[in-house]
Amino acid sequence: MNPDNYLFLSALLFTIGAFGVLIRRNAIVVFMCVELMLNAVNLTLVTFSRMHGDLTGQVIAFFTMVVAAAEVVVGLAIIVSVFRTRRSASVDDANLLKY
Amino acid sequence: MTTTRALGSTTGVEITFILIGLLTFGAAVLTVTVRNLVHAALWLVVALGGLAGCYLLLAAEFVAWVQVLIYVGAVAVLLLFGLMLTRAPIGRTTELDSGNRWAAAVVGLATAGVLVSVIGDAVRTTWFDPRQAVVNGTAKAVGTSLFRYWVLPFELLSVLLLAALVGAIVLSRRDVSDDVDAAEGTPRAQATEAEA
Repeated sequence: MNPDNYLFLSALLFTIGAFGVLIRRNAIVVFMCVELMLNAVNLTLVTFSRMHGDLTGQVIAFFTMVVAAAEVVVGLAIIVSVFRTRRSASVDDANLLKY
Repeated sequence: MTTTRALGSTTGVEITFILIGLLTFGAAVLTVTVRNLVHAALWLVVALGGLAGCYLLLAAEFVAWVQVLIYVGAVAVLLLFGLMLTRAPIGRTTELDSGNRWAAAVVGLATAGVLVSVIGDAVRTTWFDPRQAVVNGTAKAVGTSLFRYWVLPFELLSVLLLAALVGAIVLSRRDVSDDVDAAEGTPRAQATEAEA
């Protein structure tokens, strides 16, 4: 059982998530790609926990999940309120800081 | 950690990992490439479920079930609700991708190259036997570790969750105070006009 396969999978998932953040235009889909990157990091933590025979990695992965859940809640509320004022969920339209 | 086992022999765990890994990878690729927003969210659910399977293969049982509960359950529903609330176009759209596809591809390939080469270099010679030094991440073991060594971060996280909850409510409700002022102000103004 080789640990690097899990690490390779997690690296690829992180890359796919980064690619999606760069190309997608809808803010919620960008959010989904950020979730994918967070999950890739969680997989790395759990793999290291398995490699070293230590539970700390799993506990930190659990903490990451809780923080990510809080981030989803606040982020979606921000996106919905931006949609309410700008009538659009596109990240290209949220340009208020430019003026 | 480093035992002399034949590289060619595959176990059931490895075969399962290959299947689940391919499923997760394909679902993640579809999440960022598919042209339908709701389908992208549903493929993300498949990818997150595949990751829960990976956690199970790594003997992290508690993390796997938490993943199913939080991500496959709650976060997916929240994302779908967000798509509906922002009136996302249901169906195929061409407006989904921005124009910097090639720059994104270059950055993605560079990131993948760096990560894969670094990981390959770091753990190329590491091999761990599945039955040696396994920590079973059951709810009991993780809970013991959590409440013995990680109590303070745990309590801080509960406060963070409460703050996030209150913040989301404050952000997403309409401005109530203006409505209350408007509703109360009108009869009072009329009353003062009548008195005058």
